[in-house]
Amino acid sequence: MNKKTYQRDKWKSVLFFIAIIAITIGSVIITQFDMLNGMQSFPAAFMWMTSNLLVSSEALEKLPNILDKLLETVFMSIAASTTAAVVALFLGVMGSRATSPNNIFSTIARVIASFSRNIPIVAWALILLLSFGQNSLTGYLALFIGSVGFLTRAFIESIDEIDHKSMEALRATGATYFHLIGKSVLPQGKPQMISWVLFMIETNIRSATLVGILTGTGIGYTFDLYYKQMDYGTVALITWTIVITVIIIELMSNYIRKVIM
Amino acid sequence: MALLEMENVSKSYHAKAKVLENINLQVEKGKLISVIGPSGAGKSTLLRTINRMVQIDGGKIIFDGVDTTHYRKQSLRKMRRDIGMVFQHYNLVPRLTVIENVLHGRLGYKTTLQGLLNRFTEEEKHQAFSLLDTLGIVEHAYKRCDQLSGGQQQRVGIARALIQNPKLILCDEPIASLDPNASEVIMNYLKRITEEYDITCIVNLHQVEVAKQYADRIIGLNKGTIVFDGVPLQLTEEQINRIYGIKTRELVTV
Repeated sequence: MNKKTYQRDKWKSVLFFIAIIAITIGSVIITQFDMLNGMQSFPAAFMWMTSNLLVSSEALEKLPNILDKLLETVFMSIAASTTAAVVALFLGVMGSRATSPNNIFSTIARVIASFSRNIPIVAWALILLLSFGQNSLTGYLALFIGSVGFLTRAFIESIDEIDHKSMEALRATGATYFHLIGKSVLPQGKPQMISWVLFMIETNIRSATLVGILTGTGIGYTFDLYYKQMDYGTVALITWTIVITVIIIELMSNYIRKVIM
Repeated sequence: MALLEMENVSKSYHAKAKVLENINLQVEKGKLISVIGPSGAGKSTLLRTINRMVQIDGGKIIFDGVDTTHYRKQSLRKMRRDIGMVFQHYNLVPRLTVIENVLHGRLGYKTTLQGLLNRFTEEEKHQAFSLLDTLGIVEHAYKRCDQLSGGQQQRVGIARALIQNPKLILCDEPIASLDPNASEVIMNYLKRITEEYDITCIVNLHQVEVAKQYADRIIGLNKGTIVFDGVPLQLTEEQINRIYGIKTRELVTV
């Protein structure tokens, strides 16, 4: 690299940083977000949290009820993830360039995936709320649709990444298309795919809380209920149970990943 | 009667460059035939036109007395189970066991459902084990393939081809990724297959010396045309230069 191009590159990165700073300042001005004021409110907010969001002894009496709701949410997340995985497996095989029967199928699968993935789960919940009403089916469907999109995308990548040489060998023995999928693609992609499903379950438990607030089901609804009653002790307890559950699920899936890889 | 006949077979991937041009070939039963030639001469393509992993643009292929040029789907599947294939990179499913990989060779005889449910007969399983025994890797039957050495994996590949009970085995650079010792073992097995089971092997090779040592007949390919076809004794220095081009030959020997 000669001196001139070196200096030009240096100027490029300086300009890039100036542009980023300008955009940030511009955004703050346009949205009238007062940085200083925001900073100043931190101590007060923190004080409120520490004094109000304490688990009270009365709240602990509600624990069985809370755990019941939490379990409902966990099971719904698992059901949404696993059923979505079945659909996503189908779409993933259709969508991957390596296994797709033809380009039209591949495009259809990719369009379905990006359509369901690029609309946020909360938006899906709100849309479905209008047509299905406030019940657990709505919550399930919102999670399901979001998961199908994400898992299809992940499965397509998993299938693209595997070694396709054995597919050629099986084709040469006279195996059928489904033999190739079942005997070469799935055995190789399985660990990666299971790992994605576990990740989806974790994500769905987190999302289910938010979706529950909207659809009136599961732990999200319970959270909303006590929040509106200003029973902050119980709200704190619910928050803690969610955090602990998510951590437990994460540890469990990490362990499963280690075993299957 | 010849096992395989190719008449004026040609193939091109792009409009300009022809990969194969007017290939005329007759292959007898129970012979080890070696195809040699520089990289890009069309050796792999030639092999793959035979089991139609590559579609041909023109010409005719007659396998076992039947014109198979226009075979599709079911008829193609039926033809492919009579033709085994062995690859440079073994092309096994690395996460599955040796025995599972060997049994994949029977998929051509199964319906989709039978294959997916692993409905292999006792006879097929016995044959799989006895093939592994013949190839000297029966003690690895339940190991995952990615735990085996290259030479052992290639023997699994050969077992997978043999369990098809094929009439012809196509070997695409079977020893190109192996060390000299393993290469010798593999070539000896291929030679034995042709002699004991009366199966024809068409073997793409990079090493002229190996071809001379093992083949009953050598075919020299250059730029998609056959420039030599004869027994190893006929393959003189001059002929080798014609196949590889003099300049490449100097690079190889010096």
